[in-house]
Amino acid sequence: MPGQAAELVFDEATKQYEGRDEAAVDHLSLTVRAGEICVLVGPSGGGKTTALRLVNRLIPLTSGDIRIDGTSILDQDVVRLRRGIGYVIQQVGLFPHMTVEANIGTVPRLYGRPRAWIRTRSAELLELVGLDSSYAKRYPAQLSGGERQRVGLARALAGNPPLMLMDEPFGAIDPIVRARLQDAFLALQKEVRKTVVFVTHDIDEAIKVGDRIAIFRRGGRLAQYDTPQAILERPADEFVAEFVGADRALKALALHTLAELDLGAPAGGPPCPRTSTVRDALALMLQMDAQKLAVTDERGVVVGSVTREQLLS
Amino acid sequence: MTLAGGPVIPNFGSGSSCEVTNGWFCTDWVRQHWSDTLQPALVQHIELTVIAVAAGLAIAFALALAGFRYRLLDPPIGFVSDFLYTIPSLALFQILLPVTGISVLTVEIALVSYTLLILYRNMIEGLRAVPAEIVDVARGSGFTRIQTFTRVELPLALPTILAGLRIATVSTVSIATVASFVVAKGLGAPIFTALEQDVFKTEIFAAGGMVVALALVADGLLVLLQRALTPWTRSGRPA
Ligand SMILES: Nc1ncnc2c1ncn2[C@@H]1O[C@H](COP(=O)(O)OP(=O)(O)OP(=O)(O)O)[C@@H](O)[C@H]1O
Ligand SMILES: [Mg+2]
Repeated sequence: MPGQAAELVFDEATKQYEGRDEAAVDHLSLTVRAGEICVLVGPSGGGKTTALRLVNRLIPLTSGDIRIDGTSILDQDVVRLRRGIGYVIQQVGLFPHMTVEANIGTVPRLYGRPRAWIRTRSAELLELVGLDSSYAKRYPAQLSGGERQRVGLARALAGNPPLMLMDEPFGAIDPIVRARLQDAFLALQKEVRKTVVFVTHDIDEAIKVGDRIAIFRRGGRLAQYDTPQAILERPADEFVAEFVGADRALKALALHTLAELDLGAPAGGPPCPRTSTVRDALALMLQMDAQKLAVTDERGVVVGSVTREQLLS
Repeated sequence: MTLAGGPVIPNFGSGSSCEVTNGWFCTDWVRQHWSDTLQPALVQHIELTVIAVAAGLAIAFALALAGFRYRLLDPPIGFVSDFLYTIPSLALFQILLPVTGISVLTVEIALVSYTLLILYRNMIEGLRAVPAEIVDVARGSGFTRIQTFTRVELPLALPTILAGLRIATVSTVSIATVASFVVAKGLGAPIFTALEQDVFKTEIFAAGGMVVALALVADGLLVLLQRALTPWTRSGRPA
Protein backbone atom coordinates (compact mmCIF):
# COMPACT_ATOMS: atom_id res chain seq x y z
CA MET A 1 0.00 0.00 0.00
CA PRO A 2 1.08 3.60 -0.57
CA GLY A 3 2.96 5.43 2.11
CA GLN A 4 3.93 8.95 3.14
CA ALA A 5 2.72 12.31 1.91
CA ALA A 6 2.72 13.30 -1.74
CA GLU A 7 3.03 16.64 -3.49
CA LEU A 8 -0.04 17.65 -5.45
CA VAL A 9 0.17 19.99 -8.42
CA PHE A 10 -2.73 21.53 -10.33
CA ASP A 11 -1.36 22.66 -13.68
CA GLU A 12 -3.80 24.85 -15.61
CA ALA A 13 -6.49 22.37 -14.57
CA THR A 14 -9.78 23.24 -16.24
CA LYS A 15 -13.27 21.78 -16.09
CA GLN A 16 -15.95 22.92 -18.44
CA TYR A 17 -19.24 21.09 -17.88
CA GLU A 18 -21.12 20.43 -21.06
CA GLY A 19 -23.82 22.96 -21.83
CA ARG A 20 -22.49 25.63 -19.43
CA ASP A 21 -21.05 28.95 -20.53
CA GLU A 22 -18.64 29.43 -17.69
CA ALA A 23 -15.95 26.96 -16.68
CA ALA A 24 -16.48 25.39 -13.25
CA VAL A 25 -12.72 25.34 -12.66
CA ASP A 26 -10.72 27.73 -14.80
CA HIS A 27 -7.01 27.23 -15.46
CA LEU A 28 -6.29 26.41 -11.86
CA SER A 29 -2.61 26.25 -11.03
CA LEU A 30 -1.42 25.63 -7.50
CA THR A 31 0.95 23.38 -5.63
CA VAL A 32 0.11 21.67 -2.37
CA ARG A 33 3.34 20.73 -0.65
CA ALA A 34 3.77 17.28 0.76
CA GLY A 35 2.35 17.05 4.28
CA GLU A 36 0.44 20.32 4.12
CA ILE A 37 -3.25 21.02 4.50
CA CYS A 38 -4.55 23.13 1.66
CA VAL A 39 -8.02 24.53 2.26
CA LEU A 40 -10.23 25.52 -0.66
CA VAL A 41 -12.76 28.21 0.25
CA GLY A 42 -15.04 30.37 -1.79
CA PRO A 43 -18.63 31.18 -2.61
CA SER A 44 -21.15 28.41 -3.25
CA GLY A 45 -20.84 27.16 -6.80
CA GLY A 46 -17.28 28.45 -6.93
CA GLY A 47 -15.90 25.15 -8.16
CA LYS A 48 -14.36 23.75 -4.95
CA THR A 49 -16.02 20.34 -5.11
CA THR A 50 -15.29 20.13 -8.81
CA ALA A 51 -11.60 20.90 -8.22
CA LEU A 52 -11.45 18.20 -5.56
CA ARG A 53 -13.14 15.54 -7.66
CA LEU A 54 -10.89 16.28 -10.60
CA VAL A 55 -8.04 14.89 -8.51
CA ASN A 56 -9.49 11.40 -8.08
CA ARG A 57 -10.99 11.54 -11.55
CA LEU A 58 -14.58 11.26 -10.39
CA ILE A 59 -14.84 14.22 -12.77
CA PRO A 60 -12.71 14.12 -15.93
CA LEU A 61 -10.45 17.09 -16.72
CA THR A 62 -11.36 19.16 -19.75
CA SER A 63 -7.83 20.44 -20.16
CA GLY A 64 -4.65 20.95 -18.17
CA ASP A 65 -3.12 18.41 -15.85
CA ILE A 66 -2.93 17.31 -12.24
CA ARG A 67 0.17 15.57 -10.92
CA ILE A 68 0.75 13.60 -7.76
CA ASP A 69 4.43 13.33 -6.91
CA GLY A 70 5.21 14.26 -10.48
CA THR A 71 3.01 11.63 -12.12
CA SER A 72 -0.01 12.81 -14.07
CA ILE A 73 -3.28 11.36 -12.80
CA LEU A 74 -4.09 10.65 -16.43
CA ASP A 75 -1.16 8.25 -16.68
CA GLN A 76 -2.40 6.03 -13.85
CA ASP A 77 -5.00 3.32 -13.75
CA VAL A 78 -8.05 5.09 -12.36
CA VAL A 79 -8.95 2.40 -9.80
CA ARG A 80 -5.36 2.24 -8.58
CA LEU A 81 -5.21 6.04 -8.39
CA ARG A 82 -8.35 6.20 -6.23
CA ARG A 83 -7.20 3.51 -3.82
CA GLY A 84 -4.20 5.68 -3.11
CA ILE A 85 -6.31 8.75 -2.27
CA GLY A 86 -8.39 9.06 0.91
CA TYR A 87 -11.83 10.49 0.22
CA VAL A 88 -14.18 12.04 2.79
CA ILE A 89 -17.43 13.83 1.97
CA GLN A 90 -19.91 15.90 3.92
CA GLN A 91 -22.65 13.26 3.77
CA VAL A 92 -19.98 10.82 5.03
CA GLY A 93 -21.32 8.02 2.85
CA LEU A 94 -20.58 5.19 5.28
CA PHE A 95 -21.83 1.91 3.83
CA PRO A 96 -25.01 1.28 5.86
CA HIS A 97 -24.84 -2.49 5.38
CA MET A 98 -21.35 -2.80 6.82
CA THR A 99 -20.21 -2.59 10.41
CA VAL A 100 -17.87 0.19 11.46
CA GLU A 101 -14.98 -2.26 11.25
CA ALA A 102 -15.92 -3.36 7.74
CA ASN A 103 -16.35 0.25 6.67
CA ILE A 104 -12.89 1.14 7.88
CA GLY A 105 -11.51 -1.97 6.19
CA THR A 106 -12.92 -0.99 2.79
CA VAL A 107 -9.70 -0.06 1.04
CA PRO A 108 -7.46 -2.68 2.74
CA ARG A 109 -9.99 -5.28 1.57
CA LEU A 110 -9.67 -3.99 -1.98
CA TYR A 111 -5.93 -4.48 -1.59
CA GLY A 112 -6.65 -8.08 -0.55
CA ARG A 113 -5.43 -7.73 3.03
CA PRO A 114 -6.23 -10.69 5.29
CA ARG A 115 -9.13 -10.46 7.73
CA ALA A 116 -7.03 -10.46 10.88
CA TRP A 117 -4.83 -7.68 9.55
CA ILE A 118 -7.90 -5.59 8.76
CA ARG A 119 -9.32 -6.14 12.23
CA THR A 120 -6.12 -4.93 13.87
CA ARG A 121 -5.88 -1.96 11.53
CA SER A 122 -9.51 -0.99 12.21
CA ALA A 123 -8.93 -1.08 15.94
CA GLU A 124 -5.84 1.11 15.54
CA LEU A 125 -7.69 3.64 13.42
CA LEU A 126 -10.70 3.74 15.73
CA GLU A 127 -8.38 4.70 18.52
CA LEU A 128 -6.62 7.24 16.33
CA VAL A 129 -9.90 9.05 15.62
CA GLY A 130 -10.91 8.87 19.27
CA LEU A 131 -13.52 6.11 19.33
CA ASP A 132 -13.20 3.07 21.57
CA SER A 133 -13.11 -0.47 20.25
CA SER A 134 -16.71 -1.21 21.24
CA TYR A 135 -17.74 0.71 18.13
CA ALA A 136 -16.23 -1.87 15.78
CA LYS A 137 -19.32 -4.07 15.50
CA ARG A 138 -21.90 -1.30 15.25
CA TYR A 139 -23.70 -0.29 12.09
CA PRO A 140 -23.59 3.34 10.87
CA ALA A 141 -27.27 3.79 11.80
CA GLN A 142 -26.24 3.32 15.42
CA LEU A 143 -23.80 6.26 15.44
CA SER A 144 -24.22 9.99 15.98
CA GLY A 145 -23.34 12.40 13.18
CA GLY A 146 -20.00 13.27 14.75
CA GLU A 147 -19.12 9.63 15.29
CA ARG A 148 -19.95 8.81 11.70
CA GLN A 149 -17.68 11.58 10.54
CA ARG A 150 -14.85 10.13 12.64
CA VAL A 151 -15.42 6.71 11.13
CA GLY A 152 -15.43 8.30 7.67
CA LEU A 153 -12.06 9.82 8.47
CA ALA A 154 -10.72 6.49 9.75
CA ARG A 155 -11.91 4.78 6.59
CA ALA A 156 -10.15 7.33 4.40
CA LEU A 157 -6.92 6.80 6.36
CA ALA A 158 -7.06 3.00 6.33
CA GLY A 159 -5.21 2.53 3.06
CA ASN A 160 -2.46 4.82 4.36
CA PRO A 161 -2.92 7.13 1.36
CA PRO A 162 -0.32 9.84 0.71
CA LEU A 163 -3.13 12.22 -0.23
CA MET A 164 -6.53 12.95 1.32
CA LEU A 165 -9.44 14.77 -0.28
CA MET A 166 -12.02 16.12 2.15
CA ASP A 167 -15.17 17.86 0.93
CA GLU A 168 -16.77 19.84 3.78
CA PRO A 169 -16.10 16.95 6.15
CA PHE A 170 -17.45 18.81 9.19
CA GLY A 171 -20.08 20.85 7.35
CA ALA A 172 -23.19 19.11 8.63
CA ILE A 173 -22.19 19.08 12.29
CA ASP A 174 -23.10 21.46 15.10
CA PRO A 175 -20.46 24.07 16.03
CA ILE A 176 -19.32 22.49 19.30
CA VAL A 177 -18.81 19.02 17.89
CA ARG A 178 -17.28 20.56 14.79
CA ALA A 179 -14.68 22.39 16.87
CA ARG A 180 -13.85 19.13 18.61
CA LEU A 181 -13.55 17.28 15.32
CA GLN A 182 -11.30 20.01 13.94
CA ASP A 183 -9.03 19.67 16.97
CA ALA A 184 -9.02 15.89 16.64
CA PHE A 185 -8.24 16.18 12.95
CA LEU A 186 -5.36 18.59 13.53
CA ALA A 187 -3.92 16.37 16.26
CA LEU A 188 -4.23 13.42 13.92
CA GLN A 189 -2.55 15.29 11.09
CA LYS A 190 0.42 16.05 13.39
CA GLU A 191 0.85 12.30 13.63
CA VAL A 192 0.12 11.09 10.12
CA ARG A 193 1.32 14.10 8.08
CA LYS A 194 -0.74 13.53 4.96
CA THR A 195 -1.13 15.93 2.12
CA VAL A 196 -4.70 17.13 2.49
CA VAL A 197 -7.02 19.11 0.27
CA PHE A 198 -9.87 20.32 2.45
CA VAL A 199 -12.96 22.08 1.13
CA THR A 200 -15.05 24.33 3.34
CA HIS A 201 -17.18 27.42 2.93
CA ASP A 202 -16.43 28.54 6.46
CA ILE A 203 -13.55 31.01 6.47
CA ASP A 204 -12.98 30.50 10.20
CA GLU A 205 -12.55 26.78 9.67
CA ALA A 206 -10.17 27.51 6.81
CA ILE A 207 -8.06 29.75 9.03
CA LYS A 208 -7.99 27.21 11.81
CA VAL A 209 -7.26 24.12 9.75
CA GLY A 210 -5.25 25.33 6.77
CA ASP A 211 -1.50 25.56 6.35
CA ARG A 212 -2.42 27.38 3.17
CA ILE A 213 -5.73 28.70 1.91
CA ALA A 214 -6.85 28.88 -1.70
CA ILE A 215 -9.68 31.37 -2.13
CA PHE A 216 -11.85 30.73 -5.19
CA ARG A 217 -14.08 33.23 -6.93
CA ARG A 218 -17.10 32.25 -8.98
CA GLY A 219 -16.15 30.46 -12.15
CA GLY A 220 -13.44 28.47 -10.42
CA ARG A 221 -10.75 31.11 -10.64
CA LEU A 222 -8.13 31.36 -7.94
CA ALA A 223 -8.27 34.72 -6.13
CA GLN A 224 -5.44 34.16 -3.68
CA TYR A 225 -3.34 31.26 -2.46
CA ASP A 226 -1.34 31.90 0.68
CA THR A 227 -0.94 31.21 4.37
CA PRO A 228 -3.86 32.23 6.63
CA GLN A 229 -1.68 34.96 8.13
CA ALA A 230 -0.79 36.47 4.77
CA ILE A 231 -4.39 36.33 3.55
CA LEU A 232 -5.66 38.09 6.67
CA GLU A 233 -2.92 40.69 6.67
CA ARG A 234 -2.60 41.28 2.96
CA PRO A 235 -5.73 40.29 1.05
CA ALA A 236 -4.93 40.37 -2.67
CA ASP A 237 -7.98 42.39 -3.65
CA GLU A 238 -11.43 43.66 -2.70
CA PHE A 239 -13.04 40.26 -3.26
CA VAL A 240 -10.68 38.50 -0.86
CA ALA A 241 -10.92 41.29 1.73
CA GLU A 242 -14.68 41.09 1.64
CA PHE A 243 -14.67 37.31 1.71
CA VAL A 244 -12.47 37.06 4.80
CA GLY A 245 -14.62 39.69 6.47
CA ALA A 246 -14.25 43.13 8.01
CA ASP A 247 -13.10 41.52 11.25
CA ARG A 248 -10.01 40.05 9.67
CA ALA A 249 -7.75 41.85 12.14
CA LEU A 250 -9.64 40.07 14.89
CA LYS A 251 -9.44 36.77 13.01
CA ALA A 252 -5.71 37.16 12.74
CA LEU A 253 -5.59 37.12 16.53
CA ALA A 254 -6.90 33.55 16.36
CA LEU A 255 -3.71 32.47 14.61
CA HIS A 256 -1.58 32.79 17.74
CA THR A 257 -1.81 31.24 21.17
CA LEU A 258 -0.77 32.78 24.46
CA ALA A 259 2.13 30.32 24.60
CA GLU A 260 3.75 32.21 21.71
CA LEU A 261 3.79 35.54 23.61
CA ASP A 262 6.36 36.90 26.06
CA LEU A 263 4.39 36.44 29.24
CA GLY A 264 4.74 38.72 32.25
CA ALA A 265 5.46 37.47 35.76
CA PRO A 266 2.70 35.34 37.30
CA ALA A 267 -0.05 37.58 38.61
CA GLY A 268 -3.71 37.59 39.64
CA GLY A 269 -6.73 37.81 37.32
CA PRO A 270 -9.09 35.41 35.59
CA PRO A 271 -7.24 32.19 34.67
CA CYS A 272 -6.73 31.34 31.02
CA PRO A 273 -4.87 28.29 29.62
CA ARG A 274 -1.81 29.15 27.55
CA THR A 275 -3.14 27.01 24.69
CA SER A 276 -5.95 29.57 24.17
CA THR A 277 -5.78 31.75 21.10
CA VAL A 278 -5.09 35.44 21.57
CA ARG A 279 -8.59 36.08 20.26
CA ASP A 280 -10.22 33.87 22.90
CA ALA A 281 -8.08 35.44 25.63
CA LEU A 282 -9.18 38.89 24.57
CA ALA A 283 -12.82 37.79 24.56
CA LEU A 284 -12.40 36.43 28.08
CA MET A 285 -10.78 39.67 29.20
CA LEU A 286 -13.65 41.77 27.83
CA GLN A 287 -16.22 39.45 29.29
CA MET A 288 -14.63 39.51 32.76
CA ASP A 289 -13.85 43.22 32.42
CA ALA A 290 -10.25 42.47 33.41
CA GLN A 291 -7.01 44.23 32.48
CA LYS A 292 -4.88 41.19 33.14
CA LEU A 293 -5.17 37.41 32.77
CA ALA A 294 -3.40 34.69 34.77
CA VAL A 295 -1.96 32.30 32.20
CA THR A 296 -2.03 28.66 33.28
CA ASP A 297 -0.34 25.51 31.99
CA GLU A 298 -1.94 22.14 31.23
CA ARG A 299 -2.29 21.33 34.93
CA GLY A 300 -3.83 24.67 35.79
CA VAL A 301 -0.69 26.08 37.44
CA VAL A 302 -0.26 29.82 36.86
CA VAL A 303 2.87 30.31 34.77
CA GLY A 304 2.61 33.97 33.80
CA SER A 305 0.33 36.88 33.01
CA VAL A 306 -0.73 38.91 30.04
CA THR A 307 -2.20 42.40 29.69
CA ARG A 308 -4.72 43.91 27.29
CA GLU A 309 -2.09 46.09 25.63
CA GLN A 310 0.06 43.05 24.99
CA LEU A 311 -2.79 41.18 23.34
CA LEU A 312 -3.66 44.09 21.07
CA SER A 313 -0.15 44.80 19.90
CA MET B 1 -74.69 -29.74 -8.12
CA THR B 2 -76.35 -30.23 -4.80
CA LEU B 3 -76.35 -27.93 -1.88
CA ALA B 4 -75.67 -29.00 1.68
CA GLY B 5 -78.81 -30.10 3.44
CA GLY B 6 -80.56 -31.32 0.29
CA PRO B 7 -81.00 -35.01 -0.52
CA VAL B 8 -77.54 -36.39 -1.09
CA ILE B 9 -76.43 -38.67 -3.84
CA PRO B 10 -73.92 -40.93 -2.08
CA ASN B 11 -71.16 -40.37 -4.56
CA PHE B 12 -68.50 -39.38 -2.07
CA GLY B 13 -66.80 -42.64 -1.31
CA SER B 14 -67.85 -45.56 0.73
CA GLY B 15 -66.34 -44.52 4.04
CA SER B 16 -67.84 -42.85 7.05
CA SER B 17 -71.26 -41.32 7.23
CA CYS B 18 -69.57 -37.89 7.10
CA GLU B 19 -68.35 -38.67 3.62
CA VAL B 20 -71.63 -40.11 2.52
CA THR B 21 -73.53 -36.99 3.56
CA ASN B 22 -70.81 -34.65 2.25
CA GLY B 23 -70.24 -33.08 5.70
CA TRP B 24 -68.22 -29.86 6.03
CA PHE B 25 -64.95 -31.53 6.92
CA CYS B 26 -64.34 -35.27 7.29
CA THR B 27 -61.09 -35.89 9.10
CA ASP B 28 -61.28 -39.60 8.31
CA TRP B 29 -61.17 -38.90 4.60
CA VAL B 30 -58.19 -36.59 5.02
CA ARG B 31 -56.35 -39.24 7.00
CA GLN B 32 -57.10 -41.90 4.43
CA HIS B 33 -56.19 -39.85 1.38
CA TRP B 34 -53.23 -37.92 2.78
CA SER B 35 -50.61 -40.13 1.26
CA ASP B 36 -52.31 -40.95 -2.04
CA THR B 37 -53.80 -37.54 -2.84
CA LEU B 38 -52.97 -34.60 -0.61
CA GLN B 39 -49.29 -35.11 0.11
CA PRO B 40 -48.29 -35.69 -3.54
CA ALA B 41 -50.33 -32.66 -4.53
CA LEU B 42 -48.54 -30.58 -1.90
CA VAL B 43 -45.12 -31.70 -3.11
CA GLN B 44 -46.07 -30.92 -6.71
CA HIS B 45 -47.38 -27.54 -5.64
CA ILE B 46 -44.12 -26.72 -3.94
CA GLU B 47 -42.22 -27.83 -7.04
CA LEU B 48 -44.36 -25.70 -9.33
CA THR B 49 -43.84 -22.70 -7.07
CA VAL B 50 -40.12 -23.10 -6.49
CA ILE B 51 -39.35 -23.58 -10.18
CA ALA B 52 -41.51 -20.61 -11.16
CA VAL B 53 -40.04 -18.28 -8.53
CA ALA B 54 -36.45 -19.36 -9.19
CA ALA B 55 -36.83 -18.93 -12.95
CA GLY B 56 -38.65 -15.63 -12.42
CA LEU B 57 -35.86 -14.44 -10.13
CA ALA B 58 -33.17 -15.32 -12.65
CA ILE B 59 -34.96 -13.71 -15.58
CA ALA B 60 -35.98 -10.62 -13.61
CA PHE B 61 -32.39 -10.22 -12.39
CA ALA B 62 -31.02 -10.34 -15.92
CA LEU B 63 -33.64 -7.83 -17.02
CA ALA B 64 -32.97 -5.61 -14.01
CA LEU B 65 -29.24 -5.60 -14.74
CA ALA B 66 -30.04 -4.41 -18.24
CA GLY B 67 -32.67 -1.89 -17.15
CA PHE B 68 -30.46 -0.49 -14.39
CA ARG B 69 -27.32 -0.19 -16.48
CA TYR B 70 -29.08 1.14 -19.57
CA ARG B 71 -31.93 3.38 -18.48
CA LEU B 72 -33.36 3.43 -21.98
CA LEU B 73 -34.24 -0.26 -21.66
CA ASP B 74 -36.27 0.21 -18.49
CA PRO B 75 -39.53 1.53 -20.03
CA PRO B 76 -39.88 -1.27 -22.64
CA ILE B 77 -39.01 -4.01 -20.11
CA GLY B 78 -41.42 -2.50 -17.61
CA PHE B 79 -44.13 -2.31 -20.25
CA VAL B 80 -43.78 -5.96 -21.28
CA SER B 81 -43.85 -7.23 -17.70
CA ASP B 82 -46.85 -4.99 -16.94
CA PHE B 83 -48.56 -6.42 -20.00
CA LEU B 84 -47.86 -10.05 -19.04
CA TYR B 85 -49.17 -9.34 -15.56
CA THR B 86 -52.49 -8.07 -16.82
CA ILE B 87 -53.38 -11.11 -18.98
CA PRO B 88 -55.79 -13.33 -17.00
CA SER B 89 -54.14 -16.66 -16.26
CA LEU B 90 -56.78 -18.73 -18.00
CA ALA B 91 -56.42 -16.64 -21.14
CA LEU B 92 -52.66 -17.03 -21.00
CA PHE B 93 -53.05 -20.82 -20.82
CA GLN B 94 -55.24 -20.69 -23.93
CA ILE B 95 -52.64 -18.67 -25.76
CA LEU B 96 -49.82 -21.03 -24.74
CA LEU B 97 -51.60 -24.36 -25.27
CA PRO B 98 -51.15 -24.49 -29.05
CA VAL B 99 -47.44 -23.71 -28.58
CA THR B 100 -46.31 -25.67 -25.57
CA GLY B 101 -49.20 -28.13 -25.29
CA ILE B 102 -50.70 -29.72 -22.21
CA SER B 103 -47.54 -29.68 -20.16
CA VAL B 104 -45.91 -28.41 -17.02
CA LEU B 105 -43.97 -26.03 -19.27
CA THR B 106 -47.19 -24.22 -20.17
CA VAL B 107 -47.97 -23.79 -16.49
CA GLU B 108 -44.48 -22.63 -15.60
CA ILE B 109 -44.35 -20.07 -18.41
CA ALA B 110 -47.58 -18.59 -17.15
CA LEU B 111 -46.46 -18.61 -13.50
CA VAL B 112 -43.08 -17.09 -14.31
CA SER B 113 -44.63 -14.32 -16.34
CA TYR B 114 -46.69 -13.30 -13.30
CA THR B 115 -43.63 -13.07 -11.04
CA LEU B 116 -41.65 -10.92 -13.46
CA LEU B 117 -43.43 -7.64 -12.89
CA ILE B 118 -43.09 -7.52 -9.12
CA LEU B 119 -39.56 -8.95 -9.07
CA TYR B 120 -38.28 -6.68 -11.82
CA ARG B 121 -39.90 -3.54 -10.40
CA ASN B 122 -38.55 -4.16 -6.92
CA MET B 123 -35.04 -4.89 -8.18
CA ILE B 124 -34.96 -1.68 -10.21
CA GLU B 125 -36.48 0.37 -7.39
CA GLY B 126 -34.07 -1.09 -4.86
CA LEU B 127 -31.03 -0.44 -7.00
CA ARG B 128 -32.10 3.09 -7.84
CA ALA B 129 -32.79 3.92 -4.20
CA VAL B 130 -29.13 3.42 -3.23
CA PRO B 131 -28.01 6.92 -2.17
CA ALA B 132 -25.83 8.63 -4.78
CA GLU B 133 -23.23 9.69 -2.20
CA ILE B 134 -22.66 6.09 -1.17
CA VAL B 135 -21.99 5.04 -4.73
CA ASP B 136 -19.82 8.15 -5.03
CA VAL B 137 -17.69 7.14 -2.07
CA ALA B 138 -17.40 3.57 -3.35
CA ARG B 139 -16.17 4.77 -6.75
CA GLY B 140 -13.95 7.37 -5.11
CA SER B 141 -12.39 4.73 -2.85
CA GLY B 142 -11.36 2.63 -5.83
CA PHE B 143 -14.15 0.08 -6.25
CA THR B 144 -14.44 -1.10 -9.84
CA ARG B 145 -17.83 -0.86 -11.47
CA ILE B 146 -18.51 -4.53 -10.78
CA GLN B 147 -17.32 -4.26 -7.17
CA THR B 148 -19.55 -1.24 -6.67
CA PHE B 149 -22.48 -3.28 -7.93
CA THR B 150 -21.85 -6.53 -6.05
CA ARG B 151 -20.58 -5.06 -2.78
CA VAL B 152 -22.60 -1.89 -2.44
CA GLU B 153 -25.57 -1.48 -4.75
CA LEU B 154 -26.87 -5.05 -4.70
CA PRO B 155 -26.64 -5.57 -0.90
CA LEU B 156 -28.33 -2.23 -0.29
CA ALA B 157 -31.13 -3.13 -2.71
CA LEU B 158 -31.61 -6.48 -0.99
CA PRO B 159 -34.38 -5.45 1.45
CA THR B 160 -36.52 -4.18 -1.44
CA ILE B 161 -35.69 -7.18 -3.63
CA LEU B 162 -36.62 -9.60 -0.84
CA ALA B 163 -39.86 -7.75 -0.20
CA GLY B 164 -40.69 -8.33 -3.87
CA LEU B 165 -39.68 -11.96 -3.58
CA ARG B 166 -42.14 -12.43 -0.71
CA ILE B 167 -45.05 -11.02 -2.69
CA ALA B 168 -44.07 -12.99 -5.81
CA THR B 169 -43.81 -16.25 -3.85
CA VAL B 170 -47.10 -15.88 -2.02
CA SER B 171 -48.97 -14.96 -5.19
CA THR B 172 -47.35 -17.83 -7.11
CA VAL B 173 -48.48 -20.28 -4.43
CA SER B 174 -52.00 -19.00 -4.95
CA ILE B 175 -51.95 -18.78 -8.76
CA ALA B 176 -50.38 -22.26 -9.08
CA THR B 177 -53.73 -23.66 -8.01
CA VAL B 178 -55.06 -22.77 -11.44
CA ALA B 179 -52.37 -24.97 -13.02
CA SER B 180 -54.76 -27.90 -12.78
CA PHE B 181 -56.73 -26.44 -15.67
CA VAL B 182 -53.79 -27.58 -17.79
CA VAL B 183 -52.17 -30.50 -15.99
CA ALA B 184 -53.37 -32.47 -12.97
CA LYS B 185 -50.61 -31.21 -10.71
CA GLY B 186 -50.47 -29.29 -7.48
CA LEU B 187 -53.12 -28.59 -4.88
CA GLY B 188 -55.44 -27.34 -7.58
CA ALA B 189 -55.87 -30.92 -8.81
CA PRO B 190 -57.78 -32.27 -5.77
CA ILE B 191 -59.89 -29.10 -5.71
CA PHE B 192 -60.70 -29.61 -9.35
CA THR B 193 -61.64 -33.25 -8.76
CA ALA B 194 -63.83 -32.32 -5.82
CA LEU B 195 -65.64 -29.71 -7.89
CA GLU B 196 -66.33 -32.27 -10.56
CA GLN B 197 -67.60 -34.72 -7.94
CA ASP B 198 -70.54 -32.52 -6.99
CA VAL B 199 -68.46 -30.28 -4.77
CA PHE B 200 -66.98 -32.65 -2.25
CA LYS B 201 -66.41 -30.19 0.58
CA THR B 202 -63.76 -32.01 2.60
CA GLU B 203 -61.37 -32.25 -0.30
CA ILE B 204 -61.87 -28.62 -1.26
CA PHE B 205 -61.30 -27.37 2.28
CA ALA B 206 -58.31 -29.65 2.87
CA ALA B 207 -56.51 -28.70 -0.32
CA GLY B 208 -57.54 -25.07 -0.10
CA GLY B 209 -56.37 -24.89 3.50
CA MET B 210 -53.04 -26.36 2.48
CA VAL B 211 -52.60 -23.64 -0.16
CA VAL B 212 -53.12 -20.98 2.49
CA ALA B 213 -50.82 -22.75 4.96
CA LEU B 214 -48.13 -23.17 2.30
CA ALA B 215 -48.30 -19.47 1.46
CA LEU B 216 -47.94 -18.52 5.13
CA VAL B 217 -45.02 -20.90 5.71
CA ALA B 218 -43.23 -19.73 2.58
CA ASP B 219 -43.67 -16.11 3.63
CA GLY B 220 -42.40 -16.91 7.12
CA LEU B 221 -39.30 -18.61 5.75
CA LEU B 222 -38.58 -15.64 3.52
CA VAL B 223 -38.88 -13.29 6.49
CA LEU B 224 -36.24 -15.38 8.27
CA LEU B 225 -34.04 -15.24 5.17
CA GLN B 226 -34.49 -11.48 5.02
CA ARG B 227 -33.38 -11.14 8.65
CA ALA B 228 -30.34 -13.30 8.08
CA LEU B 229 -29.27 -11.47 4.93
CA THR B 230 -29.91 -7.89 6.03
CA PRO B 231 -28.88 -7.58 9.67
CA TRP B 232 -28.25 -3.84 9.33
CA THR B 233 -31.93 -3.08 8.78
CA ARG B 234 -32.66 -4.02 12.38
CA SER B 235 -29.99 -1.87 13.98
CA GLY B 236 -31.90 0.83 15.77
CA ARG B 237 -32.52 4.17 14.19
CA PRO B 238 -32.62 4.52 10.43
CA ALA B 239 -29.51 5.93 8.77
N1 LIG C 1 -22.45 17.58 -12.99
C1 LIG C 1 -22.53 18.88 -13.28
N2 LIG C 1 -23.01 19.29 -14.49
C2 LIG C 1 -23.08 20.59 -14.79
N3 LIG C 1 -22.69 21.59 -13.97
C3 LIG C 1 -22.21 21.26 -12.76
C4 LIG C 1 -22.11 19.89 -12.36
N4 LIG C 1 -21.60 19.86 -11.10
C5 LIG C 1 -21.40 21.13 -10.75
N5 LIG C 1 -21.76 22.00 -11.74
C6 LIG C 1 -21.65 23.46 -11.73
O1 LIG C 1 -20.30 23.79 -11.57
C7 LIG C 1 -20.15 24.91 -10.71
C8 LIG C 1 -19.22 24.56 -9.56
O2 LIG C 1 -19.85 23.59 -8.75
P1 LIG C 1 -19.13 22.98 -7.46
O3 LIG C 1 -20.00 21.89 -6.97
O4 LIG C 1 -17.74 22.62 -7.81
O5 LIG C 1 -19.15 24.21 -6.47
P2 LIG C 1 -18.72 24.31 -4.94
O6 LIG C 1 -17.70 25.37 -4.86
O7 LIG C 1 -18.36 22.98 -4.43
O8 LIG C 1 -20.06 24.82 -4.27
P3 LIG C 1 -20.66 24.52 -2.80
O9 LIG C 1 -19.90 25.39 -1.85
O10 LIG C 1 -22.08 24.97 -2.91
O11 LIG C 1 -20.52 23.07 -2.55
C9 LIG C 1 -21.55 25.29 -10.27
O12 LIG C 1 -21.98 26.36 -11.07
C10 LIG C 1 -22.36 24.07 -10.55
O13 LIG C 1 -23.69 24.40 -10.87
MG1 LIG D 1 -19.20 21.67 -2.91
